Amino acid sequence: MIEWGLYNYWVVIFLMMTGLYVVISRGNLIKKIIGLNIFQVSVIMFYVSMGKVRGGTAPIDAPGFEIYSNPLPHVLMLTAIVVGVATTALALAIVVRIGEEYGTIEEDKIREIEAEEHPN
Amino acid sequence: MLDIVHLVLFTFLAVVAVAIIRLKDLFAAVMLMGIFSLLSASLFTVMDAVDVAFTEAAVGAGISTILMLATLALTESEEEPKYNRFKILPLIAVVLTGAVLVFATFDMPRYGDPEAPIHQHVAPHYIEHTDDEIGVPNMVTAVLASYRGYDTWGETTVIFTACVGVMLLLGGHAIVERFRRRRKLDVEGDS
Amino acid sequence: MISHLIPRVLSKLLIPLIMLFALYVQFHGDYGPGGGFQAGVIFGAGIILYSLLFGLDQAKEVFPPRVLEIFVAGGVLLYGGVGIAAIFAGGNFLDYDVLAHDPHHGQHLGILLVELGVGITVAAVMATIFFQFAGRGRTDD
Repeated sequence: MIEWGLYNYWVVIFLMMTGLYVVISRGNLIKKIIGLNIFQVSVIMFYVSMGKVRGGTAPIDAPGFEIYSNPLPHVLMLTAIVVGVATTALALAIVVRIGEEYGTIEEDKIREIEAEEHPN
Repeated sequence: MLDIVHLVLFTFLAVVAVAIIRLKDLFAAVMLMGIFSLLSASLFTVMDAVDVAFTEAAVGAGISTILMLATLALTESEEEPKYNRFKILPLIAVVLTGAVLVFATFDMPRYGDPEAPIHQHVAPHYIEHTDDEIGVPNMVTAVLASYRGYDTWGETTVIFTACVGVMLLLGGHAIVERFRRRRKLDVEGDS
Repeated sequence: MISHLIPRVLSKLLIPLIMLFALYVQFHGDYGPGGGFQAGVIFGAGIILYSLLFGLDQAKEVFPPRVLEIFVAGGVLLYGGVGIAAIFAGGNFLDYDVLAHDPHHGQHLGILLVELGVGITVAAVMATIFFQFAGRGRTDD
């Protein structure tokens, strides 16, 4: 029998491995950043899905509701998303500078250019 | 309980992720990232994380897509096939890592289990005492700004630092020029 | 520059509403979903929409980069300042209980100011980052 209660973890692991695969197998720097973003969403999804309580509601105090989902993962992840976009912007800025310097954003091509300029 | 909405959304998310990594055209991949964000925002909503969903929708659909497109405009928008061939070794590595992680999930608490360890420690305090200690109905805001104000202070500083980094990397030239001009004016003013 | 007449007319209607909504999210964050981070991102998105449709030069006149830079630092300073104010009022760093005569009012005031600081910083950071990216490659003199 399949345990459907673990499906969220499996999707999270699938996304995490997809992101990791892009980061380690592709040479294009923008593709690598996209992979990092997928990895980041998987971690956020992991935290938020752990905070869910069966039959609970959004953690905003209101009369008539007794069960609330866990607010703590929400707080941590909501700041993580905004910090994530700021650090992604920093990474993209570095990519722009690399592109201007080498005329390419392919990692292997940059390595070839470096090897030509500085043999040994 | 994992109902049909969760199942479908989770599956869509996985499908879109596969589509993103298979695309050679970076422009299309960035557009799909927007859809990926929208799907994850819907998932956050059904998982009761309304604040997170709000942030993800605004950031994913608005800001990060625009920044990626700006980067594509400044660099190149196609992967070079020569440098992006299929490689077997990374695939083996991620499949093995994934298998180990899936094996580990069998010890995890089930989805939505109220008895899970995460719900036993500090969260009950926040849920029960926010009203009398802080007096704010939205517990996420109360935890964010008051109980864990130090965390948020640190996060704000990280955003500030990232902005300074981007300004130095992309606009450094203009900043240096501005300072030079001002110093020249000062020197002229003194003499 | 190509003239986008219909998007421009529509966005003239939409941008004030987007910014008004950002302020609503900012100050209603205590009672509903929302807060400084979300409001900042929405406000930043409004600025970005404006500069996409009316051109970077006009956007830089409406939202001068120098002023945005001041806001980037100002939000962080406001956050830290609330913490320091709590120390001077006799409490710990970021302990809002002592900011007003009543702990609940102090908490309300502290959360409002802190979220305002976050919102200002995030909005200014998003706009500044976009201006940096968009201004790259055309003003290389």
